[in-house]
Amino acid sequence: MSFLPLADVEINNETQPFWDGLRNKTLLLPRCTSCTSVVWYPRAHCPVCFSTELKWEEMSGRGTIYSYSIVAKGNGRWKESGPYIVAYVELAEGPRILTNIVGVAPSEVHIDMPVTAVFDSGDDGRVLLRFTSVSAS
Amino acid sequence: MSIRGRAFIAGAYEHPLRTIPNKTAQQVHGEVAAGALADAGLSFSDVDAYFCAGDAPGFGALSMAEYLGLQLTHIDNTETGGSSYLLHVQHAAEAIAAGHCHVALITLAGLPRSSGAGIGGAGRFGSAPEISFENFFGLSIVAGYAMAARRHMYEFGTTSAQLAEIKVAAASHAQHNPNAFLQNVVTVEEVLQSKMVADPLHMLDCCVVTDGGGALVVVSPEVAHKLSRQSVPVLGTGFAVKHVNNGRIDLTHTGAVVSGPRAFAEAGLTPSDIRYASIYDSFTITVLTTLEDLGFCEKGKGGEFVSNGGLQAPFGKLPFNTDGGGLCNNHPSNRGGITKVIEAVRQLRNEAHPAVQVPNCQFALAHGTGGNLATRMGSATLILGQEV
Repeated sequence: MSFLPLADVEINNETQPFWDGLRNKTLLLPRCTSCTSVVWYPRAHCPVCFSTELKWEEMSGRGTIYSYSIVAKGNGRWKESGPYIVAYVELAEGPRILTNIVGVAPSEVHIDMPVTAVFDSGDDGRVLLRFTSVSAS
Repeated sequence: MSIRGRAFIAGAYEHPLRTIPNKTAQQVHGEVAAGALADAGLSFSDVDAYFCAGDAPGFGALSMAEYLGLQLTHIDNTETGGSSYLLHVQHAAEAIAAGHCHVALITLAGLPRSSGAGIGGAGRFGSAPEISFENFFGLSIVAGYAMAARRHMYEFGTTSAQLAEIKVAAASHAQHNPNAFLQNVVTVEEVLQSKMVADPLHMLDCCVVTDGGGALVVVSPEVAHKLSRQSVPVLGTGFAVKHVNNGRIDLTHTGAVVSGPRAFAEAGLTPSDIRYASIYDSFTITVLTTLEDLGFCEKGKGGEFVSNGGLQAPFGKLPFNTDGGGLCNNHPSNRGGITKVIEAVRQLRNEAHPAVQVPNCQFALAHGTGGNLATRMGSATLILGQEV
């Protein structure tokens, strides 16, 4: 959908529900049942209070741009993809996560821009979580 | 236990070349080791401890001990990217203070220029738990630092021209270093007009890619006092890990906010005592943020601090990276940590180039940042003095 490269991610027992969620166009993250922190990146325990009692929960998919860079020319498989936007998006639920902003002209992107999740997928089942402007979606 | 004054840097050596096409990495490790030992007035047979990081080939210190022919009672493979070698000085001082060794050799070497590796660290990240959540978004090293710069600009009004001042100061020093990879002076305008790599960082905001290396010899006070060469006491050390912190990362500061105060406390000194600073300069933003975090100026005022020649030797507010730093002189193996310590030792021995030697340089600081400003880093601060 965005023409940016997809990837063969490493999926393991700690992260499987996250990737299954993206394939179903939902953003699932673990929430700690003890201290209520939303955990990023997904793992088997809460890095805030060290509880192992976590529950997968659907996130809103909404957030704002915390910071970004417009990369003129990438490396490797990204060599022909530039200019593209790498960003930290702060989810409404708290975590700041690394991603791409798609469907937005580089000249339009700015810090605090409201964004929403894009479940960027290929025919082969590969999927990555990217974001686009709320007004573009 | 404090290590203040319990270990001395007796030898320091930087490989003179920046392109080394026909040698192996271990060979360059060996050459810089020989250089630092000769500088100290010691030999390979005196070494009883050896320290190296991810740039060392094979099984790290075990492979290198065998290759070099060392007989050791202590080794350390601590890997924190470009800050490793400053942390090695701390670990060497601790091991010496504990009586585990007397002569510790630290080496860094690599050939990214000849091997065409480009900017990046030595890779051991294949199975890192964070990899699928970070590495597939075209996040180049430069883009990470660019995001840190962008956020700093947003929160504090820092400008590209202020970042350029850091490169201008480094270049003004590098013109006096005949071994520097880039020896030409540059203007703020030239930095701003250089190619945009990852907005807002330009080509001239980035460090050089060079082959080469360096080595240090850290010794006990008993050994130091027997040597004729002036050695440099380790007065204070600090280290901290800063990471993504469950996705609540703040891009405007580094681990220096923790490592700096620890080092100053151990040394019994404050930032105003420091006459010269080697500040890790993978990119201009690395320097600006680190200066604030170490307490040389208020948070957010780094742009003002570096302007109007603030970092230029010998008479700026805080002369920095008088060898030209990673921005102009050398960033061997894509990790410049050891060269930060080497130039601080030159300043304290009054052996920097006369044009950039800081007068009465009693106390110097060296700081390393390893990893990435946008994710996780090891921050290491050393405060060094003059032998009395």
